[in-house]
Amino acid sequence: MEKIVLPDIKDLHLLDVYLKNGGFNAARKALNQSPGDIIDQVKKSGLRGRGGAAFFAGLKWSFMPRTTDKPKYLCVNGDESEPGSFKDRQIFECNPYQLIEGIIITSYAIGAKVTYIYIRGEYHKWIRLMQTALDNAYAGGFVGERMNETFGTDFTCEIYIHKGAGAYICGEESALMNSIEGKRGYPRVKPPFPAQFGLWGCPTTINNVETITNVPPIIDRGWEWFSKIGEPKHPGTILYGLSGHINKPGVYELPSGTLLTDLIYNYGAGVPGNKKVLCVIPGGSSMPPIRGDQIDGVKMDAESLKLVGSSIGTGGVIVMDEDTDLVKVLARIAKFYYHESCGQCTPCREGTGWMLKILNRILKGEGSKSDIDLLISIAGNIEGNTICALGEAAAWPVKHMVQRFREYFEARVKDEVVLPVANKVHSMRHTTIPVEDIKH
Amino acid sequence: MTSFKFSEENIRKIDEILKKYPSKKPAVMPVLYIAQEQNGYISDEVIREITRILEITPEEILGVITFYTMYHQKPVGKYHIQVCTNVSCMLRGGYELYDRVKEKLGIDHMQVTDDKIFSVEEVECMGSCGTAPMIAVNEDYYENLTKAKVDEILDSLKNKN
Repeated sequence: MEKIVLPDIKDLHLLDVYLKNGGFNAARKALNQSPGDIIDQVKKSGLRGRGGAAFFAGLKWSFMPRTTDKPKYLCVNGDESEPGSFKDRQIFECNPYQLIEGIIITSYAIGAKVTYIYIRGEYHKWIRLMQTALDNAYAGGFVGERMNETFGTDFTCEIYIHKGAGAYICGEESALMNSIEGKRGYPRVKPPFPAQFGLWGCPTTINNVETITNVPPIIDRGWEWFSKIGEPKHPGTILYGLSGHINKPGVYELPSGTLLTDLIYNYGAGVPGNKKVLCVIPGGSSMPPIRGDQIDGVKMDAESLKLVGSSIGTGGVIVMDEDTDLVKVLARIAKFYYHESCGQCTPCREGTGWMLKILNRILKGEGSKSDIDLLISIAGNIEGNTICALGEAAAWPVKHMVQRFREYFEARVKDEVVLPVANKVHSMRHTTIPVEDIKH
Repeated sequence: MTSFKFSEENIRKIDEILKKYPSKKPAVMPVLYIAQEQNGYISDEVIREITRILEITPEEILGVITFYTMYHQKPVGKYHIQVCTNVSCMLRGGYELYDRVKEKLGIDHMQVTDDKIFSVEEVECMGSCGTAPMIAVNEDYYENLTKAKVDEILDSLKNKN
């Protein structure tokens, strides 16, 4: 299988090697067509976002206003903080110039003069690598003022790196923009959407690193070629990240729709000790987990995973073997979202803490049967009631893990309700006893 | 009170950073990084100086510092050991490494050793899931670790001092 995003070419991270392998041909091609044509080709290619939501990239670009007196911006999302995801760092390390070329083409298509690549702060090494590539691209005249000499057109663009500082929520597009603006990374209420009111109130498009890196091959080799790779409804290759209980963890670039079992047993060389798979999270920790006895025939793409009640997310596959303590795993996931909730919306700020508390209680063997439905109820009250998708990200794993492994969780709780006194008093408020009769 | 001033070199760096943004405020994150590198942590004096340079309020700066986990308002050790315990690392022994580091250094989350050489932080996913478990020492990642390898890393850092 041919790789598009991370081709097997030695030293591709060096500019001269990239150029020898047809580097910047796609940009040259693109800059000699109209922006509308570029958007059209990306639309027809069927390219979908690789950052989690799998939204159609070309459609997203077409939301940008054609005529505006404001500057337009492109943000490239390299925040990559979803547990189980480690693909963008491979692009920064192994194929940075294709990302830069993708940015040039995208910013030309949407009319952006300035691009910010938002890279998570912990990625010091990869920020340095990306900055080196960017410096070389500037020096070579591929980015910046000298672009018109290089490409023979009057389009120029600037690309800057903005370093994050340890906040998962900044991977959410509107939080990311607030972070670039030098503010706390609070997600914004939508609408208005970024294409209308984005960075500094100007039209802005935000795309994932992997999405943008897919653009040059689409322009160079044609949308028809791209649209025939993998699953027709979610074409192209996907960088699958395999982690957890797996013999060969790592990033595998494979056509969309690759079988989950193929990923685990063929590419990942199976589970250590030949143990059975208990549970798989297919797209990063916020996506609904799948039972190990239901992974047969599951294809890894947006539409196919929807059919089994999960989602492709970032393609980060976390495998758990039969000896895994799922309560411990879920409590750890809950802790993460509790820590990363930005605190703006009450359901998420409070609910993530409640879920963590209950899961820790179950973990200690102090959970009661009613805790199971309580978890599902809290998750249900977070979902859909928050400004951004962190609410869903926190609720889905809890709701689906508990529902899909109900017997597992039931075996870990007591039939009797063990409530501390304070809770008993609290629950009495909902009874017919007059409040004044309750002794605190 | 000791005042904080950016070094000549860092002032030049800040001038370069300001060219990337249409106004001064967005430079607050990179400028905080520079200040933290020079001063070790973000003190009140640092905030006051950034207030002056970027023409924003101390509250705006404090808001940013307290939102992002990578800015420190107290000094950390010379070697800040960050251990990931999120799911992918946890499944491959992240907590064992974390316990080992804490035990060996005798400190807990966000504490500093008496000699100011080490500090420990339990961190969220660092993007090393495929090379788990991992620790980071300041800016450098150490991946595919075992307890023995962690011992080696900590010992070699100790011996440097």
